[in-house]
Amino acid sequence: MTTYTATAESGEAVSYSDNRRYLWMLGMIVPVLPVLGWGLVELTGLGVFWFFALIFVYTVIPVLDAVIKTDENNPPEAVVPALSSDAYYKWIVYLYIPLYYATFIWGAWMFATADLAWWAALGLTLSVGGVSGVAINTAHELGHKTDLQDRWLAKITLAPLAYGHFFVEHNRGHHKRVATPEDPASSRMGESLFAFLPRTVFGSLRSAWHIEKERLERRGKSVWSLDNDNLNAWAMTAVIWGALLLWLGWIIVPFLIVQSVYGFSLLEVVNYLEHYGLRRQKLENGRYERCQPHHSWNSNHIVSNLFLYQLQRHSDHHANPTRHYQALREFPEAPQLPSGYAAMLLIAYFPPLWSWLMDKRVAEHHNYDLTKAALQPGKEAKLMAKWHRPQAEPAAA
Amino acid sequence: MVMAKFTCSGCGFTYDEAVGMPREGYPAGTVWADIPEDFPCPDCAVCEKPEFDLQDD
Repeated sequence: MTTYTATAESGEAVSYSDNRRYLWMLGMIVPVLPVLGWGLVELTGLGVFWFFALIFVYTVIPVLDAVIKTDENNPPEAVVPALSSDAYYKWIVYLYIPLYYATFIWGAWMFATADLAWWAALGLTLSVGGVSGVAINTAHELGHKTDLQDRWLAKITLAPLAYGHFFVEHNRGHHKRVATPEDPASSRMGESLFAFLPRTVFGSLRSAWHIEKERLERRGKSVWSLDNDNLNAWAMTAVIWGALLLWLGWIIVPFLIVQSVYGFSLLEVVNYLEHYGLRRQKLENGRYERCQPHHSWNSNHIVSNLFLYQLQRHSDHHANPTRHYQALREFPEAPQLPSGYAAMLLIAYFPPLWSWLMDKRVAEHHNYDLTKAALQPGKEAKLMAKWHRPQAEPAAA
Repeated sequence: MVMAKFTCSGCGFTYDEAVGMPREGYPAGTVWADIPEDFPCPDCAVCEKPEFDLQDD
């Protein structure tokens, strides 16, 4: 195993080896889950395995998170430059892309030609959609890199699920406005997932368009130009979907649409978890305070972090978005989700359960001063009556 | 005219007046004073113009 050595600021020699180095390869299981599912159907004759990717995300990962639990360790700061520039970690991310494309094309072909029962076709489509959803995580990691090639790969990764505008909106919209009322992708306390979904889907689309319109106006260009990153990303989708249509025919349309909608809904549920109820305060000069670790929910669950390139160490990611995934840190002041994303998104599907589990954590995080939290318009009075106790003693650590 | 550089206090991205940011619509030679106050760091988007520091080299 590779050991990184460096000299700390104190002059002390530091060495570090990443005990998860080879485990990061587990992430490459995800893009082939639908194919494995088909293999299991063939092997066992059990049709339920058409839904294998969903079973994996909603059952296997939450159970493993509950059993294997969390890791709070951070790499020593002195080795971070060496750890970050190790190309191995980049290849782990890159390899998702060809596996994803292969599975996507295979899935479309199966859907069109295998003469499946409707429920088996649905299982296959949702399984591929799940892989598309996790592909957004790959695109996310690449989209944050300053390399032009990585940014292109991010768009290529988003093309099969027709969500190319994410690349624009996430970096220049969501990150700039995170945990403020202006961000459509930051959820509010008392806002159910189903109220949040249309707000984030359409709000993010509108914002992405606006960001590119403003940029192109500064350059004296029309928004209807291929320089518009939304349009050139969607053009990639048109090429891929168009090619599949020509090859396989109209039968493929439901596959394309359902996998896309399910895929991006997975991303948007994850958005829902990441900043629920958290708010950056406005400063006297009218600007928002800088994004800090306590403006994002964090999770140190080992298994789900392996499959998501530590996206769940979200507090550090938003405070330091250019930091590489293998170097993301845990911060003691960051609010902690009770489990990893896989279990949390399942809970988010049931709003009363979500409120029961999370509202007390939002209140506690703000020391029961709800004027500091993000509250859903129309529900302020109810939430304040239930949780606002500004004189309460600080919660025991 | 001497061109200055300004560095993002969050991630270290540097805006060089001599180079500008043509992609963002700020051609080479655009001085810092002409950059809008809400200009976000193109790399991290955590910091805006007031959180950039003048580089002294």
